[in-house]
Amino acid sequence: MGSPNGLDANGLKRMANRIRMHVIEMTSEAGSGHPGGSMSSAELFAVLYFNVMRHDPKDPDWPERDKFVLSKGHVAPGLYAALAEAGYFPVDELLTLRKMGSRLQGHPAKGKLPGIEVSTGSLGQGLSMSCGLALAAKLDKKDTRIFCLVGDGELQEGQNWEALMLAAHYKLNNLTVFVDRNRLQIMGCTEETLSIDPLAAKLKAFGLKVISTDGHNVKKIMAACRKVSLTAPTAIILNTVKGKGVSFMENNIDFHGRSCKPDEKEKAMRELGGAQ
Amino acid sequence: MKKAAQRIYYGKALTELASRNDIVVLDADLGWSTRTSDFAKVAKERFIQIGIAEQNMIGVAAGLAAAGKTVFASTFAVFATGRCWEQIRQAVAYPKLNVKIVATHCGISVGGDGASHQALEDIAIMRALPNMTVISPADANEAYAATMAIADHEGPCYMRMGRADFPIITPENVKFEIGKATVMREGKDVTLIGTGQMVTSCLEAADALGEKGISAEVINVSTIKPLDAEAIITSVSKTKCAVTAEEHSIIGGLGSAVAECLADRRPTPLERVGVNDTFGESGEPNELMKKYGLTTDDVVNAAENVIKRKKVRK
Repeated sequence: MGSPNGLDANGLKRMANRIRMHVIEMTSEAGSGHPGGSMSSAELFAVLYFNVMRHDPKDPDWPERDKFVLSKGHVAPGLYAALAEAGYFPVDELLTLRKMGSRLQGHPAKGKLPGIEVSTGSLGQGLSMSCGLALAAKLDKKDTRIFCLVGDGELQEGQNWEALMLAAHYKLNNLTVFVDRNRLQIMGCTEETLSIDPLAAKLKAFGLKVISTDGHNVKKIMAACRKVSLTAPTAIILNTVKGKGVSFMENNIDFHGRSCKPDEKEKAMRELGGAQ
Repeated sequence: MKKAAQRIYYGKALTELASRNDIVVLDADLGWSTRTSDFAKVAKERFIQIGIAEQNMIGVAAGLAAAGKTVFASTFAVFATGRCWEQIRQAVAYPKLNVKIVATHCGISVGGDGASHQALEDIAIMRALPNMTVISPADANEAYAATMAIADHEGPCYMRMGRADFPIITPENVKFEIGKATVMREGKDVTLIGTGQMVTSCLEAADALGEKGISAEVINVSTIKPLDAEAIITSVSKTKCAVTAEEHSIIGGLGSAVAECLADRRPTPLERVGVNDTFGESGEPNELMKKYGLTTDDVVNAAENVIKRKKVRK
């Protein structure tokens, strides 16, 4: 496909791992941030930026590019890591996350950093923005694709469902919505906080083609991306584990919104294969 | 006096703008009222019906603008600003996108629909947003010219218009420059600063004050943000007192903007005519304007009161 740094499955797996290590280092250095969700989406970031998406890091405004919208803006560390690895900006800059004067704002800000298409961070809005991008592509008769990642807890925001209704109504077949179904939000399990299930049935009822797959299997994510509907928007539910890749972070809500302390960081980096 | 509804002229302006391919118009199921339906007649493919979903409308507008479109999003002022304020903040104002939120049905003169539909806080909440330009034209001619001006302006804009027919007080080809106030009448004893249809009340008040031997200057502030501070300071330097008049709460609107400007730069006695921190109700527009203190007489009384407060400078 169109990705400039096309990687095969093994390369993508390694890239997901590199993204995780960056996330640990960035958030530890910042002393805050959201590592858990960044790690549950690491494979998706790798697959999109290194296989599926048509884009050019050397020309971020290339008019024929596919566009990615991170609706769950708090997992910006994962996105920034992928963008840096792809070549949008120097990898060294990742450690400026959340610091005064940095282009790497706590949540993605359009205009500050190359590769950021819209400003997100307030949950429930990225899907509406993605619909706008998808409509614009249709008006301009471009065959570019729009990819949007929403969190599962984020689907509690009603605006998502307004946007889904619109996406189906206008048959936005150039829009793919990924749901990071890691089943955890700040206060606990999504199903105990406010039930999201039956998620696939809900998305289907709203008029989307729904694919459910293992969000940590790069081959399966790529396969799902090849199976998107030609006539309707597609939702790909990625079944994931929050904090994936580090034993003590997995399924631990503590790491939704806090970074590793120095000893935890060392342990996490060891588990991920050490600094490369 | 000839009257016309601002929204009709908004529809006319959009129709002319339809020849520009970058213009996209969004509606939340009120297009016949806001007159975006006129645009739909001539550029159907660039008229996008969002349904009754204002929050989504703002997000979609942001996405379209991020892809290079100039987007007009219209509905009633309460819903256009209040229902989706945080969406406007996050998706439009923060990234400084080219979205024009143009609302109708502002103020108490909405009438029978009552308090739920009478926007009296919209200027306040839009004015508080960084990067946002806030426009409030005085009549239909100015609404037309302002629509053309915001279409050429790079960045987020909010424009408020009324529902009812307002008297025409500006020339047919009135020029509209964002950020410029207009001195409608020169005077020396008091400055009457109006916005929207209250500019008409200020002009009428100036007539009534003239009959009492008081010379009133009238300024039309059709851009509330950025405020034309120079025009206001220049006028009060001469008159030494001012009255603001708006179909909006006295909290956060034109009166507050002028009070901030005067407190910062030239402390001056000021009276604010507006809705006094209360909700409206159903009724005929004229009855409501009277009950809520928005008539020409209210402006006259405020002017007489503020003149009494002037300090005599030796």
